[in-house]
Amino acid sequence: MSGAGLTQIVVYWLALLLLALPLGAYMARVYEGRATFAQRVLGPIERALYRMFGVRAGAEHGWRRYAVALMLFNVLGLVLVFLLQRVQLWLPGNPNDLPNVPPQVAWNTATSFATNTNWQAYGGETTMSHLTQALALGVQNFVSAATGMAVLVAVVRGFTRRHAEHVGNFWVDLTRSTLYILLPLSILLAILLVARGVPMTTGGHATAHLLQPAGHVDEQHLALGPVASQIAIKQLGTNGGGFYNANSAHPFENPTPLTNFFECLALLLIPAALCFTFGALVKNRRQGWGLFVAMFVLVLPFLILAVHQEAGNMEGKEVRLGESASALWATATTAASNGSVNSMHDSYTPLGGLAPMVLMQLGEVAFGGVGSGLYGMLMFAIVAVFISGLMVGRTPELLGKKIEAFEMKMATLAILVPCLATLAGTALACVAGETPGALANPGPHGFSEVLYAFSSQANNNGSAFAGLTASGDFYTTAGGICMWVARYWIIIPVLAIAGSLARKKTIPASAGTLPTDGPLFVVLLVGTVLLVGALTFVPALALGPIAEQLGGAP
Amino acid sequence: MKAPTPRPLFDAPIARRAALEALGKLDPRRMIKNPVMFVVEVGSAFTTLLFLHAVVTGDGDANPAFVGAISLWLWFTVLFANFAEAMAEGRGKAQADSLRRARREVPARRLAEPHRGAATTETPSSKLDAGDHVLVAAGEVIPSDGEIVEGVAAVDESAITGESAPVIRESGGDRSAVTGGTRVLSDWLVVRITTAPGRTFLDRMIAMVEGAVRKKTPNEIALDILLAGLTIIFLLVVVTLLPMSRFAVEQAGGGAPVALTTLVALLVCLIPTTIGGLLSAIGIAGMDRMIQANVIATSGRAVEAAGDVDTLLLDKTGTITYGNRSATGFLPARGVAEAELAEAATLASLADDTPEGKSIVALGTAVLGRAVVAPAGAVQVPFTAQTRMSGVDLTDGRAIRKGASDAIARRLGGGLPADVRSQVDGVAKQGATPLVVASGDRVLGVVRLADIVKAGIRERFAEMRALGIRTVMITGDNPLTAAAIAVEAGVDDFLAEATPEAKLAMIRDYQDRGHLVAMTGDGTNDAPALAQADVAVAMNSGTQAAKEAGNMVDLDSNPTKLLEVVTVGKQMLMTRGALTTFSIANDVSKYFAIIPAALVSTYPQLAALNVMRLHSPQSAVLSAVIFNALIIIALIPVALRGLAVRAAPAAVTLRRNLLVYGLGGLLLPFPFIKAIDLALSGLGLVS
Repeated sequence: MSGAGLTQIVVYWLALLLLALPLGAYMARVYEGRATFAQRVLGPIERALYRMFGVRAGAEHGWRRYAVALMLFNVLGLVLVFLLQRVQLWLPGNPNDLPNVPPQVAWNTATSFATNTNWQAYGGETTMSHLTQALALGVQNFVSAATGMAVLVAVVRGFTRRHAEHVGNFWVDLTRSTLYILLPLSILLAILLVARGVPMTTGGHATAHLLQPAGHVDEQHLALGPVASQIAIKQLGTNGGGFYNANSAHPFENPTPLTNFFECLALLLIPAALCFTFGALVKNRRQGWGLFVAMFVLVLPFLILAVHQEAGNMEGKEVRLGESASALWATATTAASNGSVNSMHDSYTPLGGLAPMVLMQLGEVAFGGVGSGLYGMLMFAIVAVFISGLMVGRTPELLGKKIEAFEMKMATLAILVPCLATLAGTALACVAGETPGALANPGPHGFSEVLYAFSSQANNNGSAFAGLTASGDFYTTAGGICMWVARYWIIIPVLAIAGSLARKKTIPASAGTLPTDGPLFVVLLVGTVLLVGALTFVPALALGPIAEQLGGAP
Repeated sequence: MKAPTPRPLFDAPIARRAALEALGKLDPRRMIKNPVMFVVEVGSAFTTLLFLHAVVTGDGDANPAFVGAISLWLWFTVLFANFAEAMAEGRGKAQADSLRRARREVPARRLAEPHRGAATTETPSSKLDAGDHVLVAAGEVIPSDGEIVEGVAAVDESAITGESAPVIRESGGDRSAVTGGTRVLSDWLVVRITTAPGRTFLDRMIAMVEGAVRKKTPNEIALDILLAGLTIIFLLVVVTLLPMSRFAVEQAGGGAPVALTTLVALLVCLIPTTIGGLLSAIGIAGMDRMIQANVIATSGRAVEAAGDVDTLLLDKTGTITYGNRSATGFLPARGVAEAELAEAATLASLADDTPEGKSIVALGTAVLGRAVVAPAGAVQVPFTAQTRMSGVDLTDGRAIRKGASDAIARRLGGGLPADVRSQVDGVAKQGATPLVVASGDRVLGVVRLADIVKAGIRERFAEMRALGIRTVMITGDNPLTAAAIAVEAGVDDFLAEATPEAKLAMIRDYQDRGHLVAMTGDGTNDAPALAQADVAVAMNSGTQAAKEAGNMVDLDSNPTKLLEVVTVGKQMLMTRGALTTFSIANDVSKYFAIIPAALVSTYPQLAALNVMRLHSPQSAVLSAVIFNALIIIALIPVALRGLAVRAAPAAVTLRRNLLVYGLGGLLLPFPFIKAIDLALSGLGLVS
């Protein structure tokens, strides 16, 4: 690893920590309703929204009603995104007269954006009208992220409340997450990006006359649009769906090393800050740090592996960004369930490509999606305290809440679902007639492309390995199912746990209680995540990147 | 108390019987209750079919010897797990047999009216119903559980408790309960039967010992869910590996897809068979350890809850201190020799039959170095509630009295001398009871009566504290006395001037703050508190009401047993946790054995993953399977004996167990799998 690469990594993590700490504290105040300054400015908008939609902000609900509201809202959003794509030709905001999106791709895209995956089975600038980008995809970028944060807040209430029936009001949590957190941060980032040259316009493409006409071609269309706003939220909300097909490798999405640094920070900012929000809300700051450190420890070896492997490998990378910044991005985007890319992971060395793949397969829990990463990690924490609680001879408890059969059932389900979806999807692809024609490479690398695609979709990441043509009927349909299942079959068990925990009493800590905020617990948590991830995917990885690596250069 | 002789782990007759029962337990209807081992059984049957197919066609899934060997070892895996369970059950059965002998049918004399003189009819014990009254005379066996309504008798309860000395049982009070199967040695009793036939204490005990009513405990259910979850994941890993491997063969254009036999072997090696196979044995062994400690729990749930308890309510008398107060010193008044005080106090106590009186005589004899004999003509003055004094009037005119300081002061009229008053205050401040001794109107001094804290109890409490368990002393004493004893015994808290209501309120208060409370009790007035507590150990000598309210009965009636109960509860959970960790950690090495073996024909470069340098792919798979089966046998002693519970904070215990069972589980299989591989290839058993 070069000195410059190392410096970049150290500066990146320090900057992330320095930003995440105050943001975490601020978010805790938002959810506690104590963000006084922001409430003075944005409060009227919040109250106006509640009045408009008839939300009684003071009324809280049990986990079932919370889940129903969440599902209704998400399904409605999904249907809306699907319909907008299907009729965009006849709507305004389509200066380039892009045709309606075919149904399979529209379904895949609708699921993808509603589930905060942002897998793109299409090329952005050549498929989606400005209206679709803004009203369908842009809106989902905000609310799918806010949905994840709302679920996390409900879980926090499960831990902090005792003998309580209610876990909160979904509409309030959704509104606050969007209005007080995602919107201000996005505006800030968008302005920074515009200042560094990212386009922001409602107009169509620009035309450039070529200085050296190539044959009959003497002009080039430069796709423009409301880019900066889309990029800001796609990075902050762990969405990842770019305006352009080339995503953040495109010079208009990510023109300079500085924008690259900002965008890369935005990838992990909210997921990292939420650790500290959690610590503040459960009144145990060490717990927040413990979770952050566990996530960091999980990411670090893969980051080092990727940066080390990619040193000197410029294939598929942007010259203006370089290998280290590309490998750092690849790690961060798969650590978070973001999925935006600034280089083509398909061109990585086998082990360099294994790093992002494994980070997704671990279940997107370090750091994972906004909200979803942390609640996913808490599911692992439940399993970890269960086993370790048994080992010290006491019914396990996490933050004073007893972990019993019901919690185990739900946590196991939440951990199981993405593993099952990834493996089943990959296995089906192996027998699908579409696959041989969709692969760009033969041998283990071709298999890696398929494994990566399903790891990405079944963990709601959305990044693509490139190489695989994923717009066929099998890939759009199966991928859509994976994304759907991996999102909601986790959210519902997680909310069920929130409800069950809220009803329990809180057990005071004693010397017999296993501390869940110290280094020992971090080791346990990391071990649990690694064991489940590693044990599940070792055979598949052996057939993909490992066989490719050991096989040497073809 | 019957000293429970620890049974050897591998008792030959029990092991023989267990080996046979292991075969009987192969019934799939039984196996399905244990999903992990059921999967292994299905895998065994499937490979057996593959073996038959390979033998018949000569060209099956893989070479017939390999398929046959894998199949055989998979069957062994199931059998070993069944054997572990049968061993655990077998150890309890011996006890059940001796209990069953006590339960045999006896003729009973049913009374028409609930008193001795009523007419009787001969009724077999199994026909007695709750509410019937029976007469039991000396030499007869009490036909069923009940409450004495009339009479007092010595009862031999050795059939149940193992205690050979007879106990006194009488109507009224806290010693009125009798147990069916015990024998009346003297006198007679009229007993009101309190339980329906088949529901007696003895019946429940036998069922408990045999494990017939063993329900899964809450933590066991939660663990089952986790194990089932892991099994599902690995099932899918293995099932999806087949199409992936076929795809790889197409892509690579060479090699053979992974064999079905190898897939089944991989599955069995990956699913947590070690803990799955030993889980029920751990539970049964935990109950067995309780029974060996002479504690009968009404459910496994109660045993497990004992491990979670973080607050122990302990009665002072009998648990923390020896039953009664004893004289521990003579404090003479100014100008009085200690010998004079000792002699006077002893004279005043000679006729005092209370334990306190006896302790004064004993101390006096020790101080004087000779026995004191009552002079002829001395008149004993017994203790009355009005005078609150006792003593003796001697023929020489001396009237010796001992009693509470205010009672003596009243008798003297003018109060106590200043030096005696300060002695009285000093003794009271230490938590002891001062008795003032006076001869005529001359105050001789003070006798100090104090509670004697049991030897070693302080250390036990310190251990409990290290485990995160707080101890609370319950006493009827005044707060001052209680505080002094609390300090001496080293309890964390105390409840003075305790009433049954105060006890109940205290338990509720602790529970409201999230604590889990355990207590012991024997009296009827303890019943509400016993019912409220999370873990309640009733003394076998106690009343029926107390036994019904509790969820455990201590046959030795030893309140200190609560500490052992907590330890057994913890042990059960720890053993499960440790073996689960071990089982999962084992998987890493098995991957290194099987994955290269399974895929090497497609991608020869994967041979680099064969870090153990195992002889051949078939030898690698077989070695992993054999290790997986043998480790179950190797861990049976751990499952039956349980992990040692040491007094240490949770974090320390976890670190140690994590090192031993986590890291150990990760590393241990490598050398053993290699050794098995060397043996197999050395003996030429594999190609």
